[in-house]
Amino acid sequence: MEIPSVADKWSGGVNEITIGATKDKGGTRQKIITIGGSKSIPFMDFEGNPGHKPVIAMDVYDVPPEDWPETLTKHYADVLDNPAQWAKKCVEQYGADLICLKLEGIHPDKGNKSAEDTVKTVKAILAAVGVPLIIWGCEHDEKDNEVMPKISQAAKGENCLMGVVNQDSYKTLTATCLADGHCLITLAPVDINIAKQVNILVSEMDFPLNRIVMFQSTGALGYGMEYTYSIQERERIAALTGDKMMSMPVICDVGHEAWRTKESKSDDKEMPQWGPRDERGPIWEAITAVGLLQSGADILRMSHPMAVATVKKCIDRLY
Amino acid sequence: MFSIAERINGMFKDVREAIKNKDPKAVRELAIKQTEAGASFLDVNVGTAAADPIDAMKWLIEVIQDTVKTPIAIDSQKFDVLKAGLSVIRNEVLINSTKADPEELDKYMSLSKDYNASLMCLTMDKCGIPQDVERRMEFAMKIVEKAVEHDFDLSKIYIDPVLFPINVDQKQPAYMFDIFTQIKMISDPPPHRNVGLSNFSQGRKEKRLLARTFLTMGISYGLDAAVMDVLDKELMDAAISAEVIMNKHVYTEDYLIACRK
Repeated sequence: MEIPSVADKWSGGVNEITIGATKDKGGTRQKIITIGGSKSIPFMDFEGNPGHKPVIAMDVYDVPPEDWPETLTKHYADVLDNPAQWAKKCVEQYGADLICLKLEGIHPDKGNKSAEDTVKTVKAILAAVGVPLIIWGCEHDEKDNEVMPKISQAAKGENCLMGVVNQDSYKTLTATCLADGHCLITLAPVDINIAKQVNILVSEMDFPLNRIVMFQSTGALGYGMEYTYSIQERERIAALTGDKMMSMPVICDVGHEAWRTKESKSDDKEMPQWGPRDERGPIWEAITAVGLLQSGADILRMSHPMAVATVKKCIDRLY
Repeated sequence: MFSIAERINGMFKDVREAIKNKDPKAVRELAIKQTEAGASFLDVNVGTAAADPIDAMKWLIEVIQDTVKTPIAIDSQKFDVLKAGLSVIRNEVLINSTKADPEELDKYMSLSKDYNASLMCLTMDKCGIPQDVERRMEFAMKIVEKAVEHDFDLSKIYIDPVLFPINVDQKQPAYMFDIFTQIKMISDPPPHRNVGLSNFSQGRKEKRLLARTFLTMGISYGLDAAVMDVLDKELMDAAISAEVIMNKHVYTEDYLIACRK
């Protein structure tokens, strides 16, 4: 007896978007990254084209991160106060596909760095590495709206992925990314309805849908990962059924969230039964990443070199 | 929801005049307006007054295709008019419509396959339109059976159970809801479920309200296509809202904008 096929037929798919621009396209990147393009549920390639492989963006901070445990900082000890060298290390030694510059230091409560200082940092990173750049504000709307447009102008033509915009504050960064030719990250706080709404608001400003990446605040393993998972899963199904306002690729902030958990941070003496921290932490980050890949993630922001290597291997084996 | 915009029809005076004088202006305007209103297909019907229906059909289709990219539904009872229309089609197309006599289904399904067209099938035959659920379902079954026989993609079949005007037989609208529910279970994927909406309330004092109410109720039972007045904004908004309520689209404050994109 012939076994009937249970594969679903989908009419839509995830948008394909390219980040970074080489010299002939007006930028200076040596490498560009294309994500999205999937026409199936993740890893069910018998239903349709699985699209481009997910990629890993390694986090670089504009100021040395205050809350990182030693397990993490020891891999970057020589570069923590030099974002350009930090980025170079991530690309050359740890195999980062992209660099995500997190502008923690511009936050009014965390250093309040100026736009001028930050522009210098961005330029130094662009000069130090050839991969595309994600530039992530401090998520303080007022300060982001002051600093991000200047960075956008300074990186004009590089086709960076800039973020984040949300339902209440999207006009400034959307307009500036539109003018300077960058891609945009739309944020929703674990809420699929708001995710769609932000995409509509941005598209109403004539921002092209195929230059948007969606971000549902990520939850780490044990800390709400299932909420992120189920929303991303619904987003993918909506994309596959042809919802144009839900067809954007997805980015997850894995590193920052995984390394906030007590399971990855706790000292060996404090929790001897949990095993050595140097293994436990990267495992926590890698499992969070691999779990979220199943729900449909296109860019993973990550931190620990060992976790990055593990997840890269997993992606290569599964795609 | 597949909205099949009904306005480019020779029964309307402006279209009739346009055909007669070969003046494309009114047709172009209707094509643009209906596309902007969210039409999935533009129905094209030359009406009964055209001197040369074949020529009129080809001319209308060319004018529309030169104006918008919206897929066309070629609407004619005459096989040669349909065929002539198909010969000038550039994009996706729906053939509207065939009856469910086996020989008719064979003929229309072969033609549709030749042009990779979707096909509207009415649950009636040369003897007329059945009045009950059972006979209509028998026709629906026959249509699906024929589609399988012809290896016809069922997601390109639209079944129309032929909705009567509200004042003809008031039991009929509720029969439709039964039929939509049953057609949904007939195959996987099931064929689409269509009605001619304007005919339902044409000439009635509350015609727009009746059409809107039937459409939203129908959607809750699985109606997913209608030949309708897409220029009636309240009707379109109601259809989108009903689909959001049935979880066909992700809700968002501006869902009306999102669904029109």
